[in-house]
Amino acid sequence: MVAIMEILNIVDLGKDFYLHTPGLEIKSCHGINLTLETGEFIGIVGASGAGKSTILKCVNRSYLPTRGEILYDSAAFGKIDLTAASEREILYLRRHEIGYVSQFLNAMPRTTAKEHVMNALILRGADARSAEAEAKETLSHFRLPENLWELYPVTFSGGEKLRLNLAHAMVKKPRLLMLDEPTASLDDKTKLLVRDMLQRLKGPDTGMIGIFHDIAFMEGLCDKVLNISEGVFVS
Amino acid sequence: MRLNETPVLRVKNLIVRYGDGCPACQENLDKNRCALCGAIWAANDISLDVYPGETLGIVGESGSGKTTLMRSLYFDFTPTSGVATLRDHKDGQENIWGASAAERRMIRNIHMGMVYQNPALGLRMDYSAAANIAEKILAAGGRNAGQMTGRARELLEAVEIMTSRMGETPKNFSGGMRQRVQISKALANSPALLLLDEVTTGLDLSVQARVLDLIRKIKARHGISILLVSHDLAVVRMLADRTIVMLDGKIVESGLTDQILEDPRHAYTQQLVHSLI
Ligand SMILES: Nc1ncnc2c1ncn2[C@@H]1O[C@H](COP(=O)(O)OP(=O)(O)OP(=O)(O)O)[C@@H](O)[C@H]1O
Ligand SMILES: Nc1ncnc2c1ncn2[C@@H]1O[C@H](COP(=O)(O)OP(=O)(O)O)[C@@H](O)[C@H]1O
Ligand SMILES: [Mg+2]
Ligand SMILES: [Mg+2]
Ligand SMILES: [Zn+2]
Repeated sequence: MVAIMEILNIVDLGKDFYLHTPGLEIKSCHGINLTLETGEFIGIVGASGAGKSTILKCVNRSYLPTRGEILYDSAAFGKIDLTAASEREILYLRRHEIGYVSQFLNAMPRTTAKEHVMNALILRGADARSAEAEAKETLSHFRLPENLWELYPVTFSGGEKLRLNLAHAMVKKPRLLMLDEPTASLDDKTKLLVRDMLQRLKGPDTGMIGIFHDIAFMEGLCDKVLNISEGVFVS
Repeated sequence: MRLNETPVLRVKNLIVRYGDGCPACQENLDKNRCALCGAIWAANDISLDVYPGETLGIVGESGSGKTTLMRSLYFDFTPTSGVATLRDHKDGQENIWGASAAERRMIRNIHMGMVYQNPALGLRMDYSAAANIAEKILAAGGRNAGQMTGRARELLEAVEIMTSRMGETPKNFSGGMRQRVQISKALANSPALLLLDEVTTGLDLSVQARVLDLIRKIKARHGISILLVSHDLAVVRMLADRTIVMLDGKIVESGLTDQILEDPRHAYTQQLVHSLI
């Protein structure tokens, strides 16, 4: 039996932005509480602009939270507050434990799809040969057609970019995987494919949080759904 | 586990001041110049750490002190005050700015490589490309002429300068080629720290791309630490793990590169990011 444990505990998270030029304060999410266990998949819904992406970006530390704590149970560091962790620790966690996938491609220019996935492994110390083998396996797993592997992904379709993003994040076998509207702008057939892949990603060692605007999509996939406009979980 | 990392380079409270200064400089600065006495504070209390294998980006507007920092580190001049330590020199226990002239030469030639904003500062324009590299190897104590030529060829090939042009002087080379020769010279003694000051500035886009790809390869292959100055945020986004923002000789903001770009807090950084096209 696999012990279920809390992998992420967000306590009273809040984020405000201050824009100097107009001299304007923008309040994004506030009072966010969330607990994620290993093997669990939490969905987040809420109106556009409610602060859903902000939550994930705070966990990823692309945004610096204004208030609250983000307690993450790291394999390397033990319990660590991501709002206060050092930049070097965050870089380590991004390489080894935390994956973040959005609908946008975040690949280096002039890097082929295969190299992009390989780089994720090389950054954590793999040699080129084993990285290549593993990258190929992951790209096939996510059903990226083989004739695209040696191409620069800027020309890929939305669905192809998404599968590449997933492969890039998943090849690291992250303990915590965050997905920000990965299915936005996909056709229904591709959406089903992605749903199927996400279903298969659920495993005893990974905790997942995803933002989706499509409630039906989450049905049977997410274990819980958090509606952030009301700041509460809905079932 | 704890991340018990020793920085390759640690800078504390670097000050480079031109002019004597007066007791009230800090309260009377107009940009980096004291309105009372006219002293220029080119670097005004800079502290930073560079960790093994990381690229630290430094952005900031013209005159903010980026080159001043880099040239202080490379001993082109001695700063007004401040402490810099290198992991590989006396276990990081001694201020390199207090080292003897002979020690400085060794530190600069063995532990560091520099690519200057202005190639004329980094290369002898009247020596061949190969001789420029041999000079750096010689300075670090290399004596075997045959080995030196072999190494020069290998380094120039790595930056895609044809062997047939090794004997030509950089005077004949394009801007992009000159920067590539500077890069191979900087790498000649496999230093732990590479200092890059605006390596791509002023180059055509396609030439820029080639130089950037080269730096990416160097990062991946050598596990080297890089201090990367650029006023181009796109360059920093592509290469830097962490980024420091300078303004008027001071660090106004620092963070993970994506955080600096997505959630800039200082007014100057916001202006910089919002002017990205
Ligand atoms: N020898 C000097 N005497 C007086 N002032 C100097 C001297 N060298 C540099 N400065 C001043 O120090 C400041 C910092 O110069 P520096 O070359 O470090 O800027 P930078 O950030 O590299 O700018 P750029 O982006 O234009 O290269 C500027 O105000 C410059 O005019
Ligand atoms: N980097 C930013 N700078 C300023 N305001 C931001 C930034 N990111 C998000 N916001 C603001 O925070 C609020 C929540 O945004 P976001 O989290 O993207 O919403 P959602 O994902 O729920 O649609 C919005 O008002 C948005 O404009
Ligand atoms: Mg969003
Ligand atoms: Mg400069
Ligand atoms: Zn003064």
